[in-house]
Amino acid sequence: MREPLSFAARADWLALASWIEPRSRVLDLGCGDGQLLRHLQQTRQVSGYGIEIEPARVVSAVRNGVNVLQMNLETGLSGFDDRSFDTVILSQTLQAMRHTEAILREILRVGREGIVTFPNFGFWKNRMQVLGGVMPKSQAMPYEWFDTPNIHLCTLRDFESLCPRIGARVVQRLVIGPQGEPVELFPNLRGSLAIYRIQPQERRP
Amino acid sequence: MLDCGLPLTSFDLVYETYGTLNAQRSNAILICHALSGTHHVAGHYPGQPRSSGWWDNMVGPGKPVDTNRFFVIGVNNLGGCDGSTGPSSIDPATGHPYGPYFPFVTVQDWVQAQARLADHLHIDCFAAVMGGSLGGMQALQWSLTYPHRLRHAIVIAAAPNLSAQNIGFNEVARQAITTDPDFHGGNYYAQGVIPERGLRLARMLGHITYLSDDAMMEKFGRDLLAKAPHFSLEVEFEIESYLRYQGKKFSERFDANTYLIMTKALDYFDPALPYGGQLSKALARAQANFLVVSFTSDWRFSPARSREILKALLDNGLAVSYAEIDSSQGHDAFLMENPDYFAVMHAYLARVFEGLPHA
Repeated sequence: MREPLSFAARADWLALASWIEPRSRVLDLGCGDGQLLRHLQQTRQVSGYGIEIEPARVVSAVRNGVNVLQMNLETGLSGFDDRSFDTVILSQTLQAMRHTEAILREILRVGREGIVTFPNFGFWKNRMQVLGGVMPKSQAMPYEWFDTPNIHLCTLRDFESLCPRIGARVVQRLVIGPQGEPVELFPNLRGSLAIYRIQPQERRP
Repeated sequence: MLDCGLPLTSFDLVYETYGTLNAQRSNAILICHALSGTHHVAGHYPGQPRSSGWWDNMVGPGKPVDTNRFFVIGVNNLGGCDGSTGPSSIDPATGHPYGPYFPFVTVQDWVQAQARLADHLHIDCFAAVMGGSLGGMQALQWSLTYPHRLRHAIVIAAAPNLSAQNIGFNEVARQAITTDPDFHGGNYYAQGVIPERGLRLARMLGHITYLSDDAMMEKFGRDLLAKAPHFSLEVEFEIESYLRYQGKKFSERFDANTYLIMTKALDYFDPALPYGGQLSKALARAQANFLVVSFTSDWRFSPARSREILKALLDNGLAVSYAEIDSSQGHDAFLMENPDYFAVMHAYLARVFEGLPHA
């Protein structure tokens, strides 16, 4: 789940914002307190809606002045028409979802493209912790194994091998390290956060 | 001229206000009442401790609709029986109560009458128009009839129209009244009686539909007034006692003809009708920002109905927030204090206040 204003979160927002067309229609799934959406409204003048299930976060999002819709992502986006948004964002929420494949398919249906970000489980510090015999904890994954909402953690390679299966094509990828710096060499080892821009494999007419 | 094609040459609207209208006249909030509400939204009348307004938990100093910030208007709708012109008022043409000759009024008529009140108070644009249930429908109608006269529409526990089941409930309630021997075709005023039994039954039925099964079980269970069953038709279960009490209380304060036309107004409400049933097309006129709220256990106006409104607003790219409040209270939840509900209302109305032209 998205942590408000953690450094890692802000790092993915900056990158993500640059991929968003100014004045486009954006749907932010799992929008938390709405800060990303507000950032996009201010910097890209998007018209956006956020979806959030947690009552306290809905209240924070309302307070932050964004359009927030209280809905359960796990039951899909059935209220939304095909391609009704330019971009559908799933920022650091994928790993906490039960119906991983279903939501990715929904993103590709409702959006002309999707932006998906998640903590890279393949990051070397995570691997070290597992080698040391414990479940990893980090800035991007600050939870204990017994109270984590994260149930579907994955690595860059895992995600990329899922994409063809759900009919997604990776258009752009940015991997960033723990200081928010872009990582190009050995990203699956050195990157702590992954940001993918995906589109349906066959562009619908 | 009313929606039904009949004229109403003059009418009174009774209203109450709370708080102070600012110099820009921009901080006014109109509260629309539901089926049996009145203009008395908040506070108590002096010396009458039991006279608390019907939405007193929502409206007042420091409450979500903060009367230290907003100028709040409560109005009794046209056709009502709490001071505004309605079936129990004297028809100036005949010197007798209108009774069954009072014209049918619609949500649209109410909105137009409320707009005249706004004109009278020199309010060009409301900060918000809000209401629950039938009141929410008025807020929605405001956004269509006068798109530039409200900045926010707050639509709570409402629906874009009534389902067949809902109309069915209303029809049973109306039949209870019109088949009461004391109804006299609606001319009961002259007979010095009221169709009390009919009103009681109508209200009892209404109350069952306003609560959820769970809420009723929680509140009354199968509890008996006495220790053991009496094997009689007298009041035995707590729920019977509650319903009879509510029915009686209501029959003492509410006019039967008003009840009939208010329920018809509910049945007729359908802003999508002129657009081939397409709510999205109907809402293309709207300009306001919206807050839509529903309650999980409300089966009279279920969350699915609120999501229809939401979908139509999204189709038009309108600014909207939607809260689906977890509650076991049924339709009545919109009148109850619930932490999640009130937190959303506080947050949204803070936004309404911050967005006022002077702020």
